Amino acid sequence: MSKKELLSKIGLRLDGRRAHELRRIRCKLGVFTEPDGSAYMEQGLTKVLAAVYGPHQVRGSKSKAHHDNCLINCQFSMAVFSTTDRKKRPRGDRKSTELSMHLQQALESVIKTELYPWSQIDVYVEVLHADGGIYPTCVNAATLALIDAGIPIKEYVCACTASLANNDVPMVDISHQEEVMGGPTLTIAALPMSGKIVLMEMSQRFHLDHLDKVMNKALQGCKDIRQILDAAVRLHVRDIGSATGWALTSYNE
Amino acid sequence: MFTTKTFIKKTRIGHFLKHVREHYIRDDISCGFKSCEKCQPVESFLSPDHHNKCSLFNYNHYIILDTNVILDQLDVLEEAPIGNVIILHTVLTEVKHRSLPIYKKLFTLIENPSKHYYIFTNDHHKDTYIEQLDGELVNDYNDRCIRKACSWYMEHLPNEKFILLTEDADNRNIANEEGITACSIFPYVKHMNDNAVLEDKLSRKEIYLDKDAKDLFPPHLNNVELLTGIKEGTLYQGTFRASRDNFLEGYVSVEALEDQVLVQGRAGLNRAVDGDVVVVELFDKSDWISPSEIILEDEGGVEDVKDIEQKEKELKETATKKKGEIKPTGKVVGIIRRKWRQYCGILQGGLEGVYQLFVPADRSIPKIRIETRQAEFLKTQKLIVTIDSWPRYSRYPHGHFVRALGKIGDQTTENEVILLEHDVPHSQFSEEVLSCLPKLPWIITDDDVQKRVDLRDLDICSVDPPGCTDIDDALHCREVGDHLEVGVHIADVSHFIRPGTALDLEAQSRGTTVYLVNNRIDMVPDLLSSNLCSLRGGEERFAFSCIWEIDKNANILNTRFHKSIIKSKVAMTYEEAQMTIDDKSKNDNIAKSLRYLNMLAKILKKRRLENGALVLASPEVKIMMDSETMEPLDIEVKKMFQTMSMVEEFMLLANISVAEKILQDFPECACLRRHPVPPSSNFDPLIKAGRHLGLEIKIDSGKDLAKSLDDAVKPDNPYLNTMLRILATRCMLQAVYFASGTLQKEDYFHYGLAVPLYTHFTSPIRRYADIIVHRLLAVSCGADATYAVLLDKSKTNEICQNLNYRNRMAQYAGRASIAFNTHLFFKGKLQDEQGYILYVRKNALQVLIPRYGLESTLYLARKGESSNIFEYNEEDQTQRAKDVVLHAFDPVKVRLSLNSDNIQHEKFVLQLVSPFIEGFSVPPIEEMDTSCEPTNDSGKKRKSTGDEKKNKNKKSPKNKN
Ligand SMILES: [Zn+2]
Repeated sequence: MSKKELLSKIGLRLDGRRAHELRRIRCKLGVFTEPDGSAYMEQGLTKVLAAVYGPHQVRGSKSKAHHDNCLINCQFSMAVFSTTDRKKRPRGDRKSTELSMHLQQALESVIKTELYPWSQIDVYVEVLHADGGIYPTCVNAATLALIDAGIPIKEYVCACTASLANNDVPMVDISHQEEVMGGPTLTIAALPMSGKIVLMEMSQRFHLDHLDKVMNKALQGCKDIRQILDAAVRLHVRDIGSATGWALTSYNE
Repeated sequence: MFTTKTFIKKTRIGHFLKHVREHYIRDDISCGFKSCEKCQPVESFLSPDHHNKCSLFNYNHYIILDTNVILDQLDVLEEAPIGNVIILHTVLTEVKHRSLPIYKKLFTLIENPSKHYYIFTNDHHKDTYIEQLDGELVNDYNDRCIRKACSWYMEHLPNEKFILLTEDADNRNIANEEGITACSIFPYVKHMNDNAVLEDKLSRKEIYLDKDAKDLFPPHLNNVELLTGIKEGTLYQGTFRASRDNFLEGYVSVEALEDQVLVQGRAGLNRAVDGDVVVVELFDKSDWISPSEIILEDEGGVEDVKDIEQKEKELKETATKKKGEIKPTGKVVGIIRRKWRQYCGILQGGLEGVYQLFVPADRSIPKIRIETRQAEFLKTQKLIVTIDSWPRYSRYPHGHFVRALGKIGDQTTENEVILLEHDVPHSQFSEEVLSCLPKLPWIITDDDVQKRVDLRDLDICSVDPPGCTDIDDALHCREVGDHLEVGVHIADVSHFIRPGTALDLEAQSRGTTVYLVNNRIDMVPDLLSSNLCSLRGGEERFAFSCIWEIDKNANILNTRFHKSIIKSKVAMTYEEAQMTIDDKSKNDNIAKSLRYLNMLAKILKKRRLENGALVLASPEVKIMMDSETMEPLDIEVKKMFQTMSMVEEFMLLANISVAEKILQDFPECACLRRHPVPPSSNFDPLIKAGRHLGLEIKIDSGKDLAKSLDDAVKPDNPYLNTMLRILATRCMLQAVYFASGTLQKEDYFHYGLAVPLYTHFTSPIRRYADIIVHRLLAVSCGADATYAVLLDKSKTNEICQNLNYRNRMAQYAGRASIAFNTHLFFKGKLQDEQGYILYVRKNALQVLIPRYGLESTLYLARKGESSNIFEYNEEDQTQRAKDVVLHAFDPVKVRLSLNSDNIQHEKFVLQLVSPFIEGFSVPPIEEMDTSCEPTNDSGKKRKSTGDEKKNKNKKSPKNKN
């Protein structure tokens, strides 16, 4: 029994959650008017803003444009005040570039890009506060912003982390404190309805014996997140709809 | 529900960082009462059938504990019939933060169903969580949380009664004002039924008997003063080590200083106890002195200070400033961390009343004052006591009685003491562990046969010491074409002990089987160690085989490993195997096999020695026990047979082959064994001893040393060579286990065996390291799967550290057991024995008596006695008396008897018989008349003799490495 105990004997994590519980999620669509779509997403204390512009003509060099589908341009940044230590550069460092690419990979898997040849969609995400699980929150926020922008997608793409407590029990949605204290963290981005995994990343090596259960946990996390996002989208639609009057028919509870 | 916790932390470089963490508040936390309908049902040991009986409260009640009660009074909680205890999560966190050992102990209490404990997670419960106020101290906040939880329980379950036990008077007062029943543990325990024993166990931390008592010690500086002093370089932090011979002297090893700091007297030691981390202040250089050479023993009674004052005076008078021996001198001014633990010992006789003095068996620990109502009983017992506090006015630290181990002098009691003092886990295997064992009857299934190589037809046999029931190795050898096939078959323990099970964790924690003279403390339950894993003759068993193809010049042509099923044809003793080899009329397969093995072993051994492997020696004895009375009948030196060396050679070969294989497949996490090269200064005594004999001992490499030792032979003293080897053994460092990824390749070297790689593979029944190695090898040859911890080098290294510790302790425990039985054997005996002088000292000779494998001191002059007829020559290391000169390694005849004046520290007394020196030697026993009673040279004022320090109690010599 070391001082590091991610899951206490009574089955509670350091912040009082159980192993299968997500952090509190709060999200809102349409937080800005300027972009075509936007969303704000909070997972625990990790807070992310996402904005979507497009589809529009390819800016800059035309040679980048694709004749059969649209270009997804993702840009990831972190506010200088987002971590306990002040960050020196908000974007452009290696980690940001990598996260931008991973985000692009996740979004390309759901956007019906073939509908927009020769065009481009820009997705900007900014981390306002980082407390573990930055990438999943960005993916989830971007999904909402795409929906807000009205861009056709095949289904939600959700992301979630999972890790192993006390070398045995898988736990979902890892906080910063748990990331620092614990072992390897598994991040996956998935299409929860079809169960497809579009991106998977590990912070360290996992033993093969543990991989399955941790991955299943993360996948379950994605499914749970989808439900929450779905509810938020429906609520948003109802709010907008009620403002215009047409939604009343379908939501007259 | 959701809230955040904010706190500000200062980083190392002096930046202030604000940390914000989430804190979830839940509505699904249960109160733990089965009868409660408001909460969700939850596993809880709280039971309406248990009743806490305390005459202060004439109703049944549940108890809520404050942190201070748990930290100070765990011994009482463990013992007392106090149940239905609610542990608040706030309290649990605080206990964990303050003391990890106590936290662990608390958890065993919580997990014990018969104690009826329940953890209530008050800090995540929606009704009991409260926020810390601005500027509120953590302690006050925690107290408030505890009270909040108490009142919640009272409200939640109005039909039950709750009592808060706390030692904090303020907390108690506020609680009472808020309508919570609060009580201190002292009156509570005093008013419990049958409290006589319990009251003894209350920790005496906060008792002030007499406020006017005169202070006997200077005060300690407070923490801030200490830290400032250390930072400014005026004070030094170090570990305090008490002298075993002089209770008013000790040393502080400071990392920053080359020499240890000498501290003397009451004011100098200032309540430091052996092992404590203390802070010292150095005196002016002009006041530095050399260590005292007198032996002072604490002979004081409970409150008496006269004795100590007189001894301090004596110490001062004898203080010397010997050139070259002057040490930095100082005084202890404060304590950073106490390293108090539980101590074994006895009560000092001759004291009346409830206050008694406890004398620890470890002489570096001061006597401890305890309060007990059962002194008369305890005086007959060995007991365990722990220290609680050491106030300035008290001559002795205050402690409390923990438990009695049994009658002084009993075999069982002494075994228990040996096991406890060496931290050997020896409780019965738990139900959980036993449930991991295979069910009987155990049968070999077709599936097993398919997965293993069937070697049941081979003529395999095992060779072990007589009476061995945990047989972990067996051998075979047969002709294959021009070559020979040799197999070493090791019990397949890892088949039965699966990683991560309770059985595995228990074996891992025990680390090794411990052999005492009349008792074996198994690493794994008996069913495995003496039955299913033991490769008994005529029984089908699972084995892990290492098989070589070897030519007749003992060159290995190829090696293979696989799991197998074997049927050992016969389990032999070394002697039987030797007789089989020697008996020319025997020509069966076993005899042939043994002869081949013996032939190969001789070549292997010769080659090994040529490479620089060391042949070391330590006197090994065997104690013959009377099987009925369990008393030692006789002590004899272990007999040596060629077959011992034969088995040893093949075990070494197997270990080396396996080490190469697992390192190749697991470069990072192979569990290996290394024997570090000793620093050359370690060899000084050996070189010196050699020089006086006119022998040059070279130590530049193991090979040089081995050669020097081989050459060191003098025909007039056949035992000389053995003694040099005994000395050489003492220059060595301990061999240790390690994970390959944690060290550089050069450091893998095994000095004693002169091999670059080594591990332990051949004794998995009694060593856990071998189990890890088996698992790695099983993965290597595709017989088993890996698991996470196996591939984690830091985890492997952590396990290795524990194994090294357990091994060392097992070795010491074994020696202590032999020492105790040797003492028992010599009680009331008087014997003349042949001995050899090992060292010549200023006032004594260190004599080795090979027949009993013991080493003791022959004093040439008593302390303070001027009439020393011996003349010491430091240059030549000799003692001269008239025309007799005694050199190191000279044979002598000595009279051996046991001095039992001090029942905790019996020691041997030696008297010289021959060479005869007028006025010093005693006549041989045969010529002695009745008036020549053995004078009890009151050992009281003498140095520890370190009796038979080097006795070993090993199963067989093949385990030396
Ligand atoms: Zn309840």
